[in-house]
Amino acid sequence: MSQTLGALARFANPAELIEAAKKIRDAGYKSFDCHSPFPIHGMDDAMGLKRSPLGYIVGGMTLAGATIGMGLQYWVAAVEYPLVISGKPFFSWQAFVIVTFALFVLFGAFGAVFGMFHLNRLPRLHHPVFYSDKFAKVTDDAFYVSIESDDEQFDDQKIQEFLSSIGGTDVELVAGE
Amino acid sequence: MKFDKNTYMLLETSSFTQKALIAGGVGLLLSVIGAFMDHAQFFQAYLTAFTFFTTIGLGGLFFVLIHHITGAYWGVVMRRVAENLACALPIMGLLMIPLFFGMHDLFHWSHVDDPHVMHDKILQWKAPYLNTTFFFIRGIVIFAIWSWLAHGLRKLSIAQDGGDAASLGKMRRLAAGGTVLYAITVTVFAFDWLMSLDPHWYSTIFGVYVWSGGFLASLALLSIMAIRLRNNGAGEIVTAEHTHDLGKFLFAFTAWWAYIGGAQYFLIWYGNIPEETIWFLHRWEHGWKYVSLFLIMFHFIVPFIVLAFRAVKRIPVLIVSISSLALFMHYVDHFWMINPTFNDNHLQLSWMHFTTLLGIGGIFLWWVSMKSGKDPIIAMGDPKLQKSIEHTVH
Repeated sequence: MSQTLGALARFANPAELIEAAKKIRDAGYKSFDCHSPFPIHGMDDAMGLKRSPLGYIVGGMTLAGATIGMGLQYWVAAVEYPLVISGKPFFSWQAFVIVTFALFVLFGAFGAVFGMFHLNRLPRLHHPVFYSDKFAKVTDDAFYVSIESDDEQFDDQKIQEFLSSIGGTDVELVAGE
Repeated sequence: MKFDKNTYMLLETSSFTQKALIAGGVGLLLSVIGAFMDHAQFFQAYLTAFTFFTTIGLGGLFFVLIHHITGAYWGVVMRRVAENLACALPIMGLLMIPLFFGMHDLFHWSHVDDPHVMHDKILQWKAPYLNTTFFFIRGIVIFAIWSWLAHGLRKLSIAQDGGDAASLGKMRRLAAGGTVLYAITVTVFAFDWLMSLDPHWYSTIFGVYVWSGGFLASLALLSIMAIRLRNNGAGEIVTAEHTHDLGKFLFAFTAWWAYIGGAQYFLIWYGNIPEETIWFLHRWEHGWKYVSLFLIMFHFIVPFIVLAFRAVKRIPVLIVSISSLALFMHYVDHFWMINPTFNDNHLQLSWMHFTTLLGIGGIFLWWVSMKSGKDPIIAMGDPKLQKSIEHTVH
């Protein structure tokens, strides 16, 4: 059964897209997104996006990595398999700093990459905007706004008028399974 | 001081210039009195203040060099300030001269008539490099090279303000060759003035260690100056975005300093050869342990954690606090490098450490302040300036 999943509108250039994003944000829409062939400076503010929590995810992961790195070496070298190596104490933390640092960085990098995937809801194989035929141009030279139907204010009729009123062209409703 | 938006000049700097000169004069005068009371102590304290400020000037020069080479645009608004910092290097060269009279008090290897040195195989082997004449020549040559680079780059930059389009390429070429000279001369400086205090000891990474601490301190000083500019009318040019990027650099070089210091310690600890470990032993026994731990704690761990947060790079009072800590710790670092060589059996801080710091610091700031008032404080002729002003951090 086909149902409306969202609305699309095309804008002429990055500056207009930013203006449109501000107007949509001010109109109170929450579930919308902007699409462009390249990153646009100032878009985060225009869309009213909050700061990404990614830094805290990375921070937590680095601490976990460092703890695991140091803890594992302590357990191996001082608890489970104590061996005297070049006359140094069992728990030679100096020697363990390198692996601790390496795991600190590795876990941080994992946190950054997979945290980014998670926050971007990736991997995702399909999205309602792909039902539009014209939308493919966004990878070339088109600037699009999409508003999804799960937004509280979404209304099939009003949304098209609204998108036209803020200067959008090629306004269309996206429908699909 | 007051920033003039039309000419990009810094006005009313004379009161600060005057105060700095008076502070410098008083500090040096008191230090000279101290020199007559205890010359060995004087030269140790003077050397600490001297290397402290020289490395900060070197950090400023590095900031300029790296900006020209990479063509980075974010820091163009701060480039003239860094150029002014680098221009303190010739003055530091003059302030080096008193140290030539303290060779005997500072450098054990210079005691050529002492049987301990005469029968010391290692020192005899090192003598072709570590002898007073060659030492003086090296000191003069490296300061001449730095002065030439600092003044050359600033002069071209001023010419660029006046509309000379050719200076962009000239500065870039000078910086490219200059960076190579810089790397060599900074290593020579670190080896001569700091490492040869303990002439048996060596560490090949030592030059990088001294440079990393100096660059960190100069970034801290640049951050404070950025805030001063913002508070005095240049807020539309030097924005939170620029302090944010300076703060990121500060964060990165806090880690970098620890990385280099750790690498130096780590190999010596692993090798465990007495001739190498003695340097760290001198910095661990008889109370020096607390200075070493203090250094790790407040030169690395605390600022590293604090600087990870975004607000610390954007809120002026926090930027000034963390930068002041970095500058203070830079002095502790140099104190820690120099002092244990002479006082390995007890921790000693003399009143002359304060007077020499005040004296050399006063002269340093006097010169930088004079340079700051003379020409526009923003590199207004740089084609990348507009992009730098509009720069935003993601």
